[in-house]
Order: sequence, then C-alpha cells, then structure tokens
Amino acid sequence: MGIVVFFLAAAAAIATAVAVVAQRNPFVSALALLGNLVSLAVLMLLLEAQFVAIAQIIVYAGAVMVMFLFVIAYVGPRGEVGPGERKPWQVWLAILAGTLIAIEVIVVTYGATFEDWAEIDGNYGSPAAIGQELVTNYLLAFEVVSVILFMGAVAGVIFGTGGRPRRLSNDEVLAKETESAELRRREASRAVLDATRESMGEGS
Amino acid sequence: MGVSLNFFLGLSAILFSVGLVGVLLRRSPLTILLSLEIMLNSVNLTLVAFSREVGGSDGQVFALIVMGIAAAEVVVGLGLVVAMTRREMVLDTDELRTLNG
Repeated sequence: MGIVVFFLAAAAAIATAVAVVAQRNPFVSALALLGNLVSLAVLMLLLEAQFVAIAQIIVYAGAVMVMFLFVIAYVGPRGEVGPGERKPWQVWLAILAGTLIAIEVIVVTYGATFEDWAEIDGNYGSPAAIGQELVTNYLLAFEVVSVILFMGAVAGVIFGTGGRPRRLSNDEVLAKETESAELRRREASRAVLDATRESMGEGS
Repeated sequence: MGVSLNFFLGLSAILFSVGLVGVLLRRSPLTILLSLEIMLNSVNLTLVAFSREVGGSDGQVFALIVMGIAAAEVVVGLGLVVAMTRREMVLDTDELRTLNG
C-alpha cells in the first residue's frame, strides 16, 4: 500500500516539477507547482509528518501560491520568456549539470545502508509535539524567523510601492522639454488667435 | 511501510536537479522563483524523511523554519518583480546587467 502511494506521488511530483520548468506561460508553471506541493504533502503524510504536510498545504499552496498568482496576473504577458531563447549549448550544459548532481546524490545514497524506520508512537508529528519543540529547544530559531518575516514584509512594501521613480535619460529630458515648449507655443498662439477673434467680433 | 529511505532521497535528488535546471535555464524572474521553490521543497522532503528515520521531531521543525524563510524570500523576489514592472523594465534576467562584471 505504502509503496503504491509513494510511486504515484513521486511520479506526480516529478511530472509537475518538469512542467514548472518547461512551461512558457508562468501561470501554468505556478499551477504545476501547486500540484508539486500537494504531491509532496502526500509524501510527508506517508512519513507520518502530519503537521508539516498540513502546513505545507496551508502556507505554500494557500498563501505563497496566491501571492505568486496575484503577481503573475499583475505582470501579465510581460512575464513570459520562453525556454527556447537560450543558446543550445547552454541548454545542454544546464541539463548535464542537473543530471550529474542527481546521479551523484543517487549513487551516494544508494550505496549507503540506513537503519530501519524508527519505532514511533501516535504522538509523532502531531501539532502538540512540533509546537513543544518550537517553543522549547528551537525558541531562538522561531524568533529569528519572525524577525526575518517582518523584514520581508517591510521590504515587500518598500519595493512594491515606494522607491525613486525611474531617472530619465538625457534624450528623454530633451524630448520632454521640446514637447512642453511646443505645447506652450501652441497655447500662446491660440490665446492670440482667440483675442484677435474676440476683438474682431466686437468690431463688426 | 514498504518504502526505504533511499527512495525518498533519490526522489529528492531528482526534484532538486529539476529545480536547478530551471534556475539555470529560464530567463523570466517569475519562473526562476518557482524553480527555487521546487529546490527548497525537495530539501524539505529530505529533512522530513531523515526525521522519520531517527524518530525525532527536529527535522520537522527545521522543515517548518525553511518554509518560513522561503515565504520571506518569495515576498522580496515578487516585490522586485513588481518594482521592475512599475519602472517598465523588461522582465528578463539577461537584460539586467548593470552589475555585470
């Protein structure tokens, strides 16, 4: 039973990961990543880490992916840069690097012999057990994460709303000045025209 | 459970290298961020698998903290993408070479 679930979830995870990398449209990529996260959550449930699996779904598939989809919708079609725009040798070198790292890790871990899975009780991986660890042994890391999240929120606000506007180049400044000079000239001549028309109207 | 730890580590290695290829290959900053998420998640899977192997909660706490850091990283990355869009820059990492040596 466990082995069937493992291979189904593993196949789904690999297929969706490849889809994320290969898709041209970032919206489809983000949806594929959603599938990847859900299949990884299934694998974590198989490892009896219930709390981490649920946090994965709520935090990643819920919050982070919604933020991703929002920004992808905001950016629109400008976000599309296809995978076909690399030079072929770069593509092959990247795939070679990825394959070599995968083969290296698989060879190393295949040769290693691990002990059997540890005996666990029903409390393993429950929110109570994880929360206990978080506020006792790992309190410092917990607090540091909260500070980092706060810094991330501040950075997001500054990047997203503030910042100096784009500096214009000399040509653009020149173009803008001639444009406004032209406008002012046109306005002045129109005023003169109106005035003469008015005076002529009064005269007749 | 009929699955051994080696299967989880192998799957994690495959996912990590797929994410790595994505980071190296793609030019859209949005897709690079999505590929980074794949790499972070494959490492999370390794942490949870080892945690199950030794029967302690430490690996799971580590995985939760990695999730928190990943969320902060995504906020900063997406903030940069939004700022680039507001300044009408091209969303292409090959075009951003002001700091190129």
